[in-house]
Amino acid sequence: MTTGGEALDAFLAALLVDDAAELYDRAPCGYLSTTPDGTIVKVNQTFLTLVGYEREELVGRLRFAQLLSVGGRIYHETHYAPMLRMQGAAHEIALDVVRRDGTRLPVLVNSVLERDPDGHPVVVRTAVFDATQRREYERELLRAKERAEASEARATALARTLQQTLIPPTPPEIPGLDLAARYRPAGDGSEVGGDFYDVFQVGVGDWVVVIGDVCGKGVDAAVVTALVRYTLRGVAVEHARPAQALMLVNQVLRRHGTARFCTVAFIRLRQAGTGWECLVSSAGHPLPMVRDAAGAVREVGRPGTLLGVIDDPPLHDVPVALNPGDTLLVYTDGVPEARNGTEFYGDQRTAAVLARERGAAAELAAALLADTLAFQDGTARDDIALVVLRVPDGPTVG
Amino acid sequence: MARHNITVAGRPDGQPILFAHGFGCDQNMWRYVTPKFTSEYRVILFDHVGAGGSDLTAYDRQRYSSLHGYAQDVIDICRELELTDVIFVGHSVSAMIGVLAAAEAPELFAELVLVSPSPRYIDDGDYVGGFAEPDIRELLDSLESNYLGWSTAMAPAIMGQPDRPELGEELTASFCRTDPQIARAFARVTFLSDNRADLGEVSTPTLVLQCSNDIIAPVAVGEFVRDTMPNATMVQLEATGHCPNLSAPDETADAIAQFLHRSSPVRR
Repeated sequence: MTTGGEALDAFLAALLVDDAAELYDRAPCGYLSTTPDGTIVKVNQTFLTLVGYEREELVGRLRFAQLLSVGGRIYHETHYAPMLRMQGAAHEIALDVVRRDGTRLPVLVNSVLERDPDGHPVVVRTAVFDATQRREYERELLRAKERAEASEARATALARTLQQTLIPPTPPEIPGLDLAARYRPAGDGSEVGGDFYDVFQVGVGDWVVVIGDVCGKGVDAAVVTALVRYTLRGVAVEHARPAQALMLVNQVLRRHGTARFCTVAFIRLRQAGTGWECLVSSAGHPLPMVRDAAGAVREVGRPGTLLGVIDDPPLHDVPVALNPGDTLLVYTDGVPEARNGTEFYGDQRTAAVLARERGAAAELAAALLADTLAFQDGTARDDIALVVLRVPDGPTVG
Repeated sequence: MARHNITVAGRPDGQPILFAHGFGCDQNMWRYVTPKFTSEYRVILFDHVGAGGSDLTAYDRQRYSSLHGYAQDVIDICRELELTDVIFVGHSVSAMIGVLAAAEAPELFAELVLVSPSPRYIDDGDYVGGFAEPDIRELLDSLESNYLGWSTAMAPAIMGQPDRPELGEELTASFCRTDPQIARAFARVTFLSDNRADLGEVSTPTLVLQCSNDIIAPVAVGEFVRDTMPNATMVQLEATGHCPNLSAPDETADAIAQFLHRSSPVRR
């Protein structure tokens, strides 16, 4: 217990010891004063101890900049001194002081420039703080930042690689059809999306086009997307009817135990004379649209239930004939659900682009993707996948 | 115009005098010098791309990988503003940028004023640039990897309160403001350039302003510039350090004015 009398004694003792001279010389930071051009005129003992010089070696002999490393001198001349002249002060400048023995001392420096009443610079007062540990901490931060950037670059590269396995490695082709596909991941593409499409042959003049969307993003969704895509390839060979194939995919998803569901549009195409006979089935997927040679646009197929939710989803096969000049467009919900504020891009805008773009499949695909992106200011908030099939006007080459 | 944050002041029909800032800051470096010239000359100031209030998105790594890109900018500014008979005043690295511009388009320039110039910072045989190669490497390494990068990044925050209110808040926000990546690239091109061979190409009347105790551009370097350029004179300033435009603006402005009036006494 301290009595009131002892506290007063301690107060008076501290007051006596800490006179102005002591306060200056033994302050817990280095002090130096220089002429406006930097010549040292006064230093405290703390600074001398920090740098290992004797007072006589510095005062009147050296300029502050001469105590700095070469890099620090250049920084002093090009940044620090101009700042001091222009602003009257410079704060928290990081520099290296070279001690008398040649070793380096990382410091943080604050300076103020005092002027006489006429505004002429008279003296620069500088406080110098040992920043050894802080500098090491900053270096750690810098290293951590570099590691984080490298790690992010690796993750993005991995996402891109994984994404590429979910769509055909080369642009798909079907003899006798003008075919184009586009895929655009959401945002900057640093995350794997759940959209996919595939085009493959199951017999002579007998092809399958599928497009789908597994809910969610990231590696977990990509695993399910790969599962769905390869299951579709497997079952399509055995089962002629799209609804049957989709039912089997549903069973695989239910058994897999994933909570992720998925939408798929399945189109089986058989060449018939100058056109193609199709069977279209949609499992919870936006229905394909067809523009006929006369320019009329209609939806084809019948809505079915998405996959992976219930054991016996209602699914329907609907026959669709594609004649010369007809164009079929199928896409994921990244197209109609593109948003501008509270407004969706919607089916009507999609149908309008389909009606307008009468050229090659690739032109329609590019125009629709560009229009969708423009609608949401260039950045896709969701993945976009789309496939365009166009039956050429002239006699098809068999 | 916006790309370089160009500001024009002074007599609209006066002879153009173009001030170019050096490595580290921006056109505000000339703030105390230019008032001496506004009554007689058309005063043009700009920021190099990457510095001050310039358009950072205009920074092209390829174009600015040598001082020739910066020199081309000076020529472009003169042509865009339709300047002729230009007095070019360049500080520090901009002195050499002016030399390169005058070598490329001598018809544009009437006089050059080189403030604290150095055509080569690194010693080379008999030539004394003031720095050994390892010194400059150390500077660049430190700029690239450690504290100077941090300091530059923090520059806008470390400005503090200006105790000279006439400078205004705008200055506080922009003074020495720069992108750390660009600052590093600019340091590299500044301190590794060797423009000694270009000096002899320029016969434009030239004034070298040499400071005392300039650790970046020592007296021997100023003398080298004077002796190598066909038509150069040198004035030794009492000002110390590397930035006489800040530390001794009156002496600097007087030396420039004296040179201009001496070398071409008939003014428009």
